[in-house]
Amino acid sequence: MELLDGELELREIQKLEGHTDRVWSLAWNPTGTGVAGMLASCSGDKTVRIWQKGPSGSWDCSAVLEDTHTRTVRSCAWSPSGKLLATASFDGTTAIWERVGGEFECVATLEGHENEVKSVSWNASGSLLATCARDKTVWIWEAQPGNEFECVSVLQGHTQDVKMVQWHPFLDVLVSVGYDNSVKVWTEDGDDDWHCVQTLGEAGSGHTSTVWALSFNSAGDRMVTCSDDLTLKIWDTSQNPSETSGDGSGSWSHLCTLSGYHDRTIFSVHWSRDGLIASGAADDAIRLFTESKDRMVDQPSYKMLVKREKAHDMDVNSVQWNLKEPKLLASASDDGTIKIWELSEVSKVDNFVQSHHLLIGFCQPQVVNSIGLCTLAPLFMSSSRDVKESELLDSKVPIEVFDT
Amino acid sequence: MTFLNYIRDIQDPEHPYTLEELKVVTEDSIEVNDKKSHVSVTFTPTVEHCSLATTIGLCLRVKLMRSLPSRYKDFAGEYTDVTLVWSEHFMVDIRVAPGTHATEAAVNKQLNDKERVAAALENPNLMYMIDRCLEPTDYY
Repeated sequence: MELLDGELELREIQKLEGHTDRVWSLAWNPTGTGVAGMLASCSGDKTVRIWQKGPSGSWDCSAVLEDTHTRTVRSCAWSPSGKLLATASFDGTTAIWERVGGEFECVATLEGHENEVKSVSWNASGSLLATCARDKTVWIWEAQPGNEFECVSVLQGHTQDVKMVQWHPFLDVLVSVGYDNSVKVWTEDGDDDWHCVQTLGEAGSGHTSTVWALSFNSAGDRMVTCSDDLTLKIWDTSQNPSETSGDGSGSWSHLCTLSGYHDRTIFSVHWSRDGLIASGAADDAIRLFTESKDRMVDQPSYKMLVKREKAHDMDVNSVQWNLKEPKLLASASDDGTIKIWELSEVSKVDNFVQSHHLLIGFCQPQVVNSIGLCTLAPLFMSSSRDVKESELLDSKVPIEVFDT
Repeated sequence: MTFLNYIRDIQDPEHPYTLEELKVVTEDSIEVNDKKSHVSVTFTPTVEHCSLATTIGLCLRVKLMRSLPSRYKDFAGEYTDVTLVWSEHFMVDIRVAPGTHATEAAVNKQLNDKERVAAALENPNLMYMIDRCLEPTDYY
């Protein structure tokens, strides 16, 4: 990505309202329709909503998937083709929806878990689906013709509630995280024989409380996990050939821990294509982290790039980078809303204005039209509060204009 | 002090007494950090192996969720009885008093995992029990 010079911020583009209970999870459609695509959200109100950018440029709810789940819908995931949406619910089932034009139809219901399903994930080819639940198991389902799904393996190993499952971006390697504070890596030995090849627990620099989420980088050689222990941990897979078991997944080791940045549980983490890690936490804030290219330090290290406090009125449950536009971020909250953000530079004028109530600026044509003046000379303008350049252009702020 | 009023009259799930009468909660039970919007509740189960410790903790959580001021506006839609909002104008931590329960860490972890709490509160039987415990406190 081209590096943005100067200070960065998350600018709120739009707030999406509609859900009548907390929004737990989000998923961007990988294929997208139009420029930025389609977003799915799922909620405690038992529904899933589909959001799309309309011709006016604003995001609208284009569909509500309801009357299927009988309890909270906790997680949703698009198949790689973008045609199917899997939704996991506290009702113990995972529903598969097929997109036909603008409509969605429930074409399959996966049953089997003993209690609340917490997460669902598709592998890179769309041939496999993984789900996990409070029953401590991870189930692997094989997609078959005619929207049939067959359970091919039930993975035991976690000693508590499993919070999230995520497939590697291109290998058939599955990672699960949970209430037992551990991260488990699962691979197949051929012929549906899945087993846990590695557990990243407290002993090996692992988390010391519930692990809520994980995300891989686009290269697939690093993953980040977030936890109730208030840290993010970055894990790295060595490519040492003597350590690989032939499946190319390598063995994961702890790279670094980001601590001191969060003071409440971190519920969500997502690694963008461009290498930015976004986190959503119980303090209502969104934070962005990036690898710091500090030449003084031998070890790779990460630093916080942006902190957006009060991103929502309540806990941020999910943060998801748009897959096509790497500067677009979506967030979901206990406050029932979803927000679309754009990562942008704080302009130098904004910086200046924020420290002075008096604004000195060059008159731009848009501003001229809104306040009925025609001049190319600098103007003194004052307002009752700090004004950003972008607001001025939108002419939303009442200002008094004085001719110099 | 106001916060104690919310919880002092909650009925114990097992005994026909309030939590205050049983000294499950006292004046020292609630600590409020107004600046950080943080409320910390510590309760003492009646016996060390109290099997209803988690239920009492949930009663406390539900009562505070329903009572604490929130900037959260009402939804246009309807609330069902079991749809409860995690009041985050105040962040609430609920724990058993240290040393007062055999599985203290396990109880505390459950009570402070909002996903586990949310799922538990979708259980009609549990909600019925909790609502019975909270009924006498409906005036607050």
